[in-house]
Amino acid sequence: MYGRGLIKGLFVTLKNLVRPPFTVQYPEERLTQHPRFRGQEFAWYEERCTGCASCAKYCPLGIIRIVTEPSTTSVEQGGKYNIETFDIDIGRCMFCGLCVEACPYDALFMGSGFERGKYRRKDLLISVDELRTAAKRPSTWFRPQLERNGYDPHAGVPISWKDVGRENWEWRQEDKAGSRFYKTNTDQQNKVVENSAEEIP
Amino acid sequence: MDSFLENNGMYRGIYCYFSGNEGNAAWCKGLDGILPLGWEWLGYFIAGFTIMLVLVNGALLGAALFVWGERRILGRIHKRRGPNRWGPFGLLQPIADLLKLLIKEDLVPTIADRVVFTLVPVVMLMSLLLSLAVIPFAHNTYLADLNVAVLYFVAVGSLSTIAIFMAGWSSGNKYAIFGAMRSVAMLISYEVPLVMSLVGVVLIAGSMSMVDVVNAQHVPFILVQPLGALIFLLGISAELNRTPFDIMEAESEIIAGYHTEYSGIKFGLIQAAEMAGVLAASAVLATLFLGGWSGPVFSSELGAVWFLLKLTFFAFVFIWIRGTFPRLRIDQIMAFAWKFLLPLAFINLMSTAVEVYFFGFYNASADQLGVITRNELWVMAAINSGIAVVAITLFGRVTRNRMETEPVRLHKFQSAGTVIGVN
Amino acid sequence: MAFKTEPMTINIGPQHPSTHGVFRLRVTFDGEVIVDVDPIFGYLHRGSEKLAEERNYVQVLTLTDRLDYTASMTNNQAYCLAVEKLMGVSVPERGKYLRVMAAELQRIASHLIAIGFFLQDLGALATPLMYCFRLRESILDLFEMLCGARITVSYMRPGGVFAEPPEDFWPALRRFMEESPGLIEELENLIMENEIVVVRTKGTGILGIESAIANSVSGPVLRGSGFAWDWRKADPYDIYDQIDFDVPVGNNGDNYDRFQVRMEEIKQSFKIVSQCIRQIPDGPIRTELPLVLRPPAWQESYGRVESPKGELGFYLVSDGSVAPYRCKVRSPSLLNLHVLKELLVGWKLADMIVTLGSIDINMGEVDR
Repeated sequence: MYGRGLIKGLFVTLKNLVRPPFTVQYPEERLTQHPRFRGQEFAWYEERCTGCASCAKYCPLGIIRIVTEPSTTSVEQGGKYNIETFDIDIGRCMFCGLCVEACPYDALFMGSGFERGKYRRKDLLISVDELRTAAKRPSTWFRPQLERNGYDPHAGVPISWKDVGRENWEWRQEDKAGSRFYKTNTDQQNKVVENSAEEIP
Repeated sequence: MDSFLENNGMYRGIYCYFSGNEGNAAWCKGLDGILPLGWEWLGYFIAGFTIMLVLVNGALLGAALFVWGERRILGRIHKRRGPNRWGPFGLLQPIADLLKLLIKEDLVPTIADRVVFTLVPVVMLMSLLLSLAVIPFAHNTYLADLNVAVLYFVAVGSLSTIAIFMAGWSSGNKYAIFGAMRSVAMLISYEVPLVMSLVGVVLIAGSMSMVDVVNAQHVPFILVQPLGALIFLLGISAELNRTPFDIMEAESEIIAGYHTEYSGIKFGLIQAAEMAGVLAASAVLATLFLGGWSGPVFSSELGAVWFLLKLTFFAFVFIWIRGTFPRLRIDQIMAFAWKFLLPLAFINLMSTAVEVYFFGFYNASADQLGVITRNELWVMAAINSGIAVVAITLFGRVTRNRMETEPVRLHKFQSAGTVIGVN
Repeated sequence: MAFKTEPMTINIGPQHPSTHGVFRLRVTFDGEVIVDVDPIFGYLHRGSEKLAEERNYVQVLTLTDRLDYTASMTNNQAYCLAVEKLMGVSVPERGKYLRVMAAELQRIASHLIAIGFFLQDLGALATPLMYCFRLRESILDLFEMLCGARITVSYMRPGGVFAEPPEDFWPALRRFMEESPGLIEELENLIMENEIVVVRTKGTGILGIESAIANSVSGPVLRGSGFAWDWRKADPYDIYDQIDFDVPVGNNGDNYDRFQVRMEEIKQSFKIVSQCIRQIPDGPIRTELPLVLRPPAWQESYGRVESPKGELGFYLVSDGSVAPYRCKVRSPSLLNLHVLKELLVGWKLADMIVTLGSIDINMGEVDR
């Protein structure tokens, strides 16, 4: 009959009229993200960071700025650098997470928030003091050890630097800390990967 | 004037409050009015003015409420909520829109014709407010009981066509006049089936006055005249520029229609006129096809409530259609009017005329045709429904060859190897 | 008495509610009929190909996300195929299955955008658009579980996929697969037999087979014209040679056929995803490559996939350093625009917007 498709369409619309809506009423109700969400408030553990600046070199946009004191002036040979400046420019960051992927010491993690609106563009620069003092709720992106422990950054519990590294990961004891690849839990032949610190040009 | 006072309860109440005295004891039942003798004309004036104020304010408030309702219902159709921030349930959202429009700059283009440009919202609003005058809202409550009310409604409704053309012409914008001329062509070609569908109702009721039509509806006319109701619904959608006929006012491709150059409160008035037009159309539909203020229980006391319920139902139908269908192209709209609606209107008219004649003949007394009784109305309903289904199916067959859709074929590749070539 | 008429040239400007992105069309009308069409693009040019010469191979992957921003997974897949050919590595089985699954989910999401905006241009006041986006929300939530981002995903790396899906991914995927066919069917009931949609799209914007092949059109536009060509079948990459699916092919090459081809492809993608869930083996997900890749000098490779918009290809030339020497993107939307003149000239104004919507271009790809 001419018009049958139109009537079918009308009934579809009517059915959807009586069903509950799909949207949530932000900001009173919020949807929670998955723990792997690549968010804004970067979690940087100074205790683990050596100042190697792999993250700054690997960033496609070059927004991480690291200034350290060189060794043999105030730091002994073979020790960690003193970090004077560690700025991340959120205004230009695209949250790709390559900096997290590059860090060999599990010192930098993606954050878990996204609500960081500011009124001035220069407030979007996260300085080293803010990174040191912020509560650290790292995202589990590219950090399989956090996922195996079942950590959820959106539950609100900060995590300390002793619990975030791969050296405590139970079945990775034989690897050097620094393997960056995820493996399945049934994979027993783990190849040992070269430490990335030797690969930086 | 006498029959006016006799039938219109609201009018009588206000008049007698002001001008009741011994001379009017026949209608006013001995109540004493405020005004002294010799000032009865003031009583007439105040009564008419009050009812008109109630109607106009009701219409505009209803337009605001309709805007709110449309946005909420469309939101629910889209599985989201509509506006719900301003006021409880977002009821003050139209006020927010009004405030926004009031504080915007009121631009008039330099080459535009100022007088006509400014008059357009007035004419649009005028045409719909005039058409509200003849609709009975409750038992014995109306502003005027014209004995040509249906004709009056159609005539006044087509004033908006002139307003649209005025808008297009006076804007001084070649796209506006292009859009306005298309719109006028569409509007005048939809007048014809619209009027034809109303003639069927008039034939059964025996008079063109809306009060008589309501009183004659022992069976709601939407059952007795299904084809007429459908044609009227589609025709009035086109007159109001609602989807699926809204090429003029939606972001119609590049040419933005007759209200391109309007900003600020003039634009607001045009939108209000359109929304209130939907309400006026729903009111007429409720009166002519569903029985106006009559209901199953408590008709004479709760007439206004039944009327509002029926109005809401038809307003919902308009919103429902808007949320579901895409738009038609202009040549398809014209083809729809002339090749589908008009023949159906003719078929409806002829079948109704034949039925009315035969039933009148059946009930004929000495020298006049009789009134159609309730059972005969049910018989007519059955016959008309059958004719409607047959007619629509026949027309479907005629247009089927253009509607035939063949599904895409699923190509099964014989081999999915690495050979690059066509399988 | 003959009327003197003159054709009118107007701009369907870069900012417009109905063009898909910043796209400018200069159209010359004679009355209502289109006489000439002149597309002008470049409003979204960001220099991706030049930027790619300054970044190493994994950083370029984040650039490729943003080419066709409605279908990032397939962009990543094409690029990774090109790099793997350059390096001479192969991907383990589980990695291939995960890639195919992600790519097919992305195909569903991209086609939903195409269908939703096609109907929005027809005037359906956002109702089908909202239904399509509700389905797409579920897919984007799945992507967020996989890789932390919804649209610019960067899920794949040269050598495979970068991470194992988390444990709550598989139940979520199963829930999605159960409730989606019902929603797709509801969408079909709303629009497929709707007489208004049919009468506006059938018989308009017809593209013949010879003209389509001569203009290097690919994707649903080519298949809508009647030519059965799909790179997933003609030159299978990843794991497509072990998956059983059909390729929908249209009959006449008009707007309705292209629209129908996309709806059918959504259903075929569901079939592929369910087969992947059943057949996926255990194993490594990634061939281990160093963090900074250095392919052998002066090699070139061309990696292509069947993206939702057509054939997407990356041509890479390496010079032995960490960054590619040249990265050229063969973008399907740009090449599909070549038939615009043939598709639009002679038709009416109202058909123009509909036809543009049915070719489904994405300006991120056209301008790069």
